[in-house]
Amino acid sequence: MHISALIIIFATILIALVLGIMAQRNRKMDMEQWTVAGRGFGILFVFLLLAGEIYTTFTFLGGSGWAYGVGGPAVYILAYGAMAYALSYFILPRIWRYAKEHKLISQPDYFEQMFHSKSLSMLVALVGVVAIIPYLQSQFTGLGLIVEVASYGAINHVWAMVIGMGVIAVYVTISGVRGSAWTAVLKDITILLVVLIIGIALPIHVGGLSTMFHKINQLRPGFLTLGGHGMGLPWFISTVLLTSLGFYMWPHSFGAVYTAKNERVFRRNATFLPLYQLILLFVFFAGFAAILITPGLKNTNLALMVAVEKVFPAWFVGVVGGAGILTAIVPGSLMLMTAGTLLAENIYRPLTGASSRQVQLVARIMVWVVAAITLYFSINSNATIVTLLLMGYNFVTQFFPSVLLSLFTRKGVTKAGAASGIVVGVAFVAYFTLTSTSILWGMNTGFIALLANIVVLLLVSAMSRNSSVTEMEQMQS
Amino acid sequence: MSIRWLALLPALGVFVGIIFANRVTPYVLGLPFLWFYVLMCVLLTAAVMAIIYAVDPENKRS
Repeated sequence: MHISALIIIFATILIALVLGIMAQRNRKMDMEQWTVAGRGFGILFVFLLLAGEIYTTFTFLGGSGWAYGVGGPAVYILAYGAMAYALSYFILPRIWRYAKEHKLISQPDYFEQMFHSKSLSMLVALVGVVAIIPYLQSQFTGLGLIVEVASYGAINHVWAMVIGMGVIAVYVTISGVRGSAWTAVLKDITILLVVLIIGIALPIHVGGLSTMFHKINQLRPGFLTLGGHGMGLPWFISTVLLTSLGFYMWPHSFGAVYTAKNERVFRRNATFLPLYQLILLFVFFAGFAAILITPGLKNTNLALMVAVEKVFPAWFVGVVGGAGILTAIVPGSLMLMTAGTLLAENIYRPLTGASSRQVQLVARIMVWVVAAITLYFSINSNATIVTLLLMGYNFVTQFFPSVLLSLFTRKGVTKAGAASGIVVGVAFVAYFTLTSTSILWGMNTGFIALLANIVVLLLVSAMSRNSSVTEMEQMQS
Repeated sequence: MSIRWLALLPALGVFVGIIFANRVTPYVLGLPFLWFYVLMCVLLTAAVMAIIYAVDPENKRS
């Protein structure tokens, strides 16, 4: 009986809950506190909140699983983060400034304020929630797998996901964004240590880095470069573009931007975050080592956990499991909270004209509704974690063209242009998702949708510009 | 010309240079060449962003 692993895992969950509850002591939790912590976070917390989303189950299990399952194409994960951070230097300060000036709380608020349109903001809220669900699903899936493996099968993954969902939802209902920040501190320290240990020990176990890669290359020629599974250079380039442009378009990342105290926080972080990205390398090493340690797994998401189980003692499996659970709880809670806020604040409120009290209540109820829906999808799916995340990215990146244009040349994009661009982009993505087409003409289909979005946005903006100018003149006169 | 243009350098590395880097050999530091190359791009990004941060007059205010 490997009871030590389970004890460590449940102790981790308990600590996370206590931290979450402690974080909200002595603070009046109005909507601005609950979601953007009164805009009082400095460099460290914003760093952890933004980085917190990078070191999610997606990288921990998804990244290693992809290295194990598809090999070379997993390198895109290393590249897109760096590109996103470089980009953040130029756009996040502007978003933050605009948000502060207009006291914005959520991503749809930005569109409402920028384009003076309630319906556009409702559209953005809806697309945002749709995009969050597969991302959240990837976190639940990871959580379920971790608990299942670490309990050596004693708890099956469906029950594990139910427990995980409950923990996250309780946690969010009680403490909001401050809970995320404190648990993020705990999470980042443990994950850093765990990833370093695994990423060094597993390759050594199979003969060292160089031997490991040589062996894999002999076993499966071409596996370590781009090209396999239809994922060649065009796929890499289009996917890195899609994901780095969409990186901060996630409703929860966009919202995390609002938590900063000042705009320099982002510029400073843009220089540190790429280095933080290097931890990922060790995740991939672990995934590659798993090919030699435990070949032939059907569920590639399991690669890291199974390899750890084969090489390390039970208590360490518990530590890895605990760290893995934190990587699901922190981003998961942020996503759930954001989904709840979007539905309550940006769809329920404008439709019903409810009071702030009611909206807060609805937000907390929606947290549970979204959690339940996601749980339903998680139980009935066996997609890889990376595939789920890429699906979400296809949706959120559709916001990028109108955000970018409205930030830099407000006149370049009209309300009609932004709306039709997003609608067309999302329609393409929905079509590709329903027909399970993730690659077309060698390119990521989300990128093709993005191109269609841009073309439509520019055309419609050009056509509707004259009418909106006369409208403005009429309003002034 | 603004120092900010320097940020194009790592982007060129990732989106254009990658075309010439998609290969296993030579291994560098034990890594297949593609992986080593992308690693270098990440380090270059960090370095370039640090330079931009240090020089950009925007960060001197207050």
